[in-house]
Amino acid sequence: MDVPVTMVEASFRRQRHSRRIAMLSGGAVLLLCMVVAGRVSEAYPLALLAGMPRIGDYFEKLVPHLGWSTLFAGTHTDGSLAYWMYRADSWLWLLFETSQMAALATLAGAALAFLLCFPAAANLAPNRKIHFAFRRGLELFRTVPDIVYALILVWTFGIGPLAGILAIALHTVGALGKLFAEVVENADMRPWEGVIASGGNWFQAVRFSILPQVLPNFLSYALIRFEINVRGATVIGFVGAGGIGQELYTVISFNYYQEIGAILVLIVLAVSVIDVASEALRTRAIGAVLR
Amino acid sequence: MPDHAKPTMPGLELRALTCRFGATVAVDALDLDIPAGQMLGVIGRSGAGKSTLLRMINRLQQPTAGLIRFGDTEVTALRGKALRDWRTECAMIFQQFHLVPRLDVLTNALIGRLNHRGTLSSLFGLFTEAERAMAIRALDRFGLAETALQRAGTLSGGQQQRVAICRALLQEPRILLADEPIASLDPHNARLVMDALRRVNREDGLTVLCNLHHLDTARAYCDRIVALAAGRIVFDGSARDLTAQRVFEIYGVTEDEFHEQPTLVAA
Ligand SMILES: Nc1ncnc2c1ncn2[C@@H]1O[C@H](COP(=O)(O)OP(=O)(O)OP(=O)(O)O)[C@@H](O)[C@H]1O
Ligand SMILES: [Mg+2]
Repeated sequence: MDVPVTMVEASFRRQRHSRRIAMLSGGAVLLLCMVVAGRVSEAYPLALLAGMPRIGDYFEKLVPHLGWSTLFAGTHTDGSLAYWMYRADSWLWLLFETSQMAALATLAGAALAFLLCFPAAANLAPNRKIHFAFRRGLELFRTVPDIVYALILVWTFGIGPLAGILAIALHTVGALGKLFAEVVENADMRPWEGVIASGGNWFQAVRFSILPQVLPNFLSYALIRFEINVRGATVIGFVGAGGIGQELYTVISFNYYQEIGAILVLIVLAVSVIDVASEALRTRAIGAVLR
Repeated sequence: MPDHAKPTMPGLELRALTCRFGATVAVDALDLDIPAGQMLGVIGRSGAGKSTLLRMINRLQQPTAGLIRFGDTEVTALRGKALRDWRTECAMIFQQFHLVPRLDVLTNALIGRLNHRGTLSSLFGLFTEAERAMAIRALDRFGLAETALQRAGTLSGGQQQRVAICRALLQEPRILLADEPIASLDPHNARLVMDALRRVNREDGLTVLCNLHHLDTARAYCDRIVALAAGRIVFDGSARDLTAQRVFEIYGVTEDEFHEQPTLVAA
């Protein structure tokens, strides 16, 4: 008989066996965790089933009354697009306001995250204490949800977009700061050593050896964050922090079903436009940075 | 302090220099005097402590014990700005070049000027026209002027190592430390780089310490050869004294066997 074949085959089977056992027990643990989590959070499947039809009912109410014959009629004819979107001009303006809130907040948050991420990276922090302090600081920014910041800031600065911008910016600092720091930790340290060995200081080493490596990734993350923040800015409007969210909250609480539907459609359209645009920007900008 | 103010160029003195990593003694109570202007080859098999020795001189590695002195300066005690000034005076060349692949060749060379400028202006990449001229001249000297605006990562290994030599020269150093500068190069490029190091030694009067694992390279280029084994000096003499017979006496292996191991490790 073929001795090496039988030997390798035997140990292969042994390995496969133990892998299968590991997978099964892993699956069992996962299932158990799900059951426990469902129990604790009272997410019962029966409640889900009972609620299902009502979800359908709600969405049915959001469907606009559009008729083929009246589709392109004027603002005063029920069943026309214009009737459905009769306030499109102000909604579009509010949507624009929301995306500007998100843009400003992303820019401000990314700028601060940029400053904080280098000492928060384990490979660059001058010592463990600084690394630890900056990491925990970023966590503090991040763990408070932006909606909570918004509630506090609306109370401080009054109702309006400023509170929303600050709220999103604060959360963005934490979220981007952590991602940026992780990008920095994956950087190649040989160029760093080259700069330090020639007498450069910490700032110069960051600027010349780390920045060229990490900038394209920073940009990617910031643009993705911008997309997330547009959605965030919508929700934040609910607590009075300006933009389309505030309007959406109003029509939801007054049960203006047709308007809710119209606004939701506009939001989905706006978010997909931003997705496409920022994807294009990202590939271009990365191409420019990498040359 | 301008160096022409000094009557004689100081040499480098190492006294009982030691570096431990846990239980490993990488460099073991090493005593060595290196006069100014010498081209010194340091040889030894993998793990002998060659890299650790050079990295301690540049202070990339903190010695566990012992002294490094350069003239009146106690190098081992330097901190902050004084330490950066020292690093500028003893430029370092690495086996893997340690350039910034995404920056152009010119900027890579200009990194050698960083400690000669203020932090703020250098952070904005504002090098002066005079500095750029200095960098271009250095690049031109080693046949790299045409590549000046190319990204460093696109050059061949031999070209990258010569860019690293230019970066070192822009520091206006007095000592050049080269840690296996040719170990990842083919024979032709290895010769170009070693020739460049010798020119720097002869024409610019720099003291050169060069770790090498090929004995023939050390014999061909170095005024003096120091051999290390387990962090201690086991030979110190001229190329002529380092005969095949001596190598066998020191290391207990033939020259071919001596060369075998590091090539494997380098891969
Ligand atoms: N950062 C470190 N941490 C732990 N041990 C280290 C470290 N650097 C070096 N050593 C150990 O110190 C000893 C000397 O290493 P060194 O790199 O100086 O040798 P070398 O002569 O340069 O070898 P090579 O030819 O492989 O580059 C080795 O045993 C090595 O494992
Ligand atoms: Mg080495």
